[in-house]
Amino acid sequence: MSTATTSTRSAPTRRRRKDDTKLALLFIAPATVGLLVFLVWPLLTGLYYSFTEYTTLTPPQWVGLQNYQKLIADPIFWNSLKVTVLYVLINIGVQTIVALLIAVLMQRLTQSTILRSLVLAPYLVSNVVAAIVFLWILDSQLGVFNIFLQWIGFDPISFWSSETWVIPTVALVNVWRHMGYTALLLFAGLQSIPAFLYEAARTEGAGELTLFRRITLPLLRPILALVLIMTIIGSFQVFDTISVTTQGGPADASKVLQMYIYENAFGQYQFGYASALSVALLVILMVITFAQYWMTNAGKSDLD
Amino acid sequence: MTTTTHPAPAGSPRIADQDRPVARKPKNGIPWGKIAAWAVMVIFLLITLFPFYWMLRTALSSNNALATDPGSLLPVGLNSGGFERVFGLQDVETAISQGGSGASINFWRYLLNSVVVATAVTVVQTFSCAMAAYAFSRLHWRGRDTVFLIFLGSLMIPQIFTLLPNFILIKHLGLVDTLLGIMLPTLFISSFAIFFLRQFFNNVSREVEEAALIDGASKARVFFVLILPMSSAPLATLALLTYMTAWNEYFWSLMVSYTDQSRVLTVALGVFRAQAPGTGPDWSGLMAATLVAAAPMLLLFALFAKKIVNSIGFSGIK
Repeated sequence: MSTATTSTRSAPTRRRRKDDTKLALLFIAPATVGLLVFLVWPLLTGLYYSFTEYTTLTPPQWVGLQNYQKLIADPIFWNSLKVTVLYVLINIGVQTIVALLIAVLMQRLTQSTILRSLVLAPYLVSNVVAAIVFLWILDSQLGVFNIFLQWIGFDPISFWSSETWVIPTVALVNVWRHMGYTALLLFAGLQSIPAFLYEAARTEGAGELTLFRRITLPLLRPILALVLIMTIIGSFQVFDTISVTTQGGPADASKVLQMYIYENAFGQYQFGYASALSVALLVILMVITFAQYWMTNAGKSDLD
Repeated sequence: MTTTTHPAPAGSPRIADQDRPVARKPKNGIPWGKIAAWAVMVIFLLITLFPFYWMLRTALSSNNALATDPGSLLPVGLNSGGFERVFGLQDVETAISQGGSGASINFWRYLLNSVVVATAVTVVQTFSCAMAAYAFSRLHWRGRDTVFLIFLGSLMIPQIFTLLPNFILIKHLGLVDTLLGIMLPTLFISSFAIFFLRQFFNNVSREVEEAALIDGASKARVFFVLILPMSSAPLATLALLTYMTAWNEYFWSLMVSYTDQSRVLTVALGVFRAQAPGTGPDWSGLMAATLVAAAPMLLLFALFAKKIVNSIGFSGIK
């Protein structure tokens, strides 16, 4: 009986399968046009421009590897790479630790949606808004944070105009904007750790720190790795905050790669060289992605 | 995200009264661990929320009073001058005397531009990606999996790499400094959206669909009349995320827009911040502007907080 029903049903379905192609092409048409024109084509032309001298007024001129030779000998490029890596290290380091702490605290204390919403609030404002607000809070003269520092007995700090402080400052401003979101991602991961593991460990007398080190951290690792890949790639593309606040200054101390690319393209109309710099950034991101992917796969021995 | 309860292992002497571990109570009855944990949590909340309060407090203060009393936790020289400058309600003289730049800022125009860009991108992109996701999930056609893999692969292309070539493309199309130019690259495609919706469509029960097909409905009709309404929850979540991303976008808009006709709020804020008068930045006006720029997102969030917060998990990673 049941087999009869299945066979009568699958017959018309199979007939329809051939008909779907037309409809499918129609349905994927808009997205495919978008993909080809604004993602695939730019990928190819971007590579091509990196081998040309291109000022956008005249057509691109093929110059072979000249841009890349210039890049290798360009001290500003190496400096911007150094600045970017420093930014990523501080940004990701602090953000991951803080987010993990918030996530674990939320897991232990409350499931409240209101709390989770409040934690997410900074993520809703743009980088530009976050940058301007902290430009004000950390202002060297009138900024409330500097007034607080003086009140507890420290000297005020020129967060935005000191070569030492500017990158940590930008990194921490972006930690403020992203820590809640990262915490919620990790919190979602924590939810998948079975509670009985904690119960069992606790009956054997394990303390909070042991629980964290022996249960939470190892079982969260695959998700932590995924979050790290995402946040590191995002972190390498820092631009908005710096564009609004320091424009790369003081003295190139906050000139991250993206800022340098933007400057070359729109300040000096060196689109060819700017494209070569973008290729460099692309290569860095690809290496990081593959390295992390390989490392996470190599250590896959967690839940189940 | 659902909370799953795990039964205590058989034979376990302890029965968990809660499904999550809670800081252990010491013998004297005062849960110090828990108090310390809450204290840390409260400090994080203060750090998270203080800048929002500070925006409001500064926006309601006057620049002159801010210069003499920058540390007061309440507004100083309470007035609405900051907001009036943002919306162009002040004449130039008053604006300059209150520490504004006196330059005209067409805030309503920027607000309108942002609304147009974010709305158009959200509506068109969600629809176009829903159709593609349906084709990848429910239609049968040759090459489906290969084409889907190509879409998935495009998730790997970082935004930075497409920005410059896309700018040149938009320039060749004569769309620099137009709203269409700002929208176009993200108008039809977000590989993430396709991936997200395909996951969902895969889980929609096939039986309803097959019943409709047997009744003679076409697959296109099934999509519009059945699948779309059934997926209103994930579609709404996705639309909210897309709206937020489009609203907060800065780098691309900065490249494309040069004048008021295409300037969106984020770019306008950057310009506003750069127009500092000789006496120092107009902090009161700037904070009023950032507050106005952030308000629509905070409002949307207040309405849909639960939906957004619960969508953040590993199905909805963005």
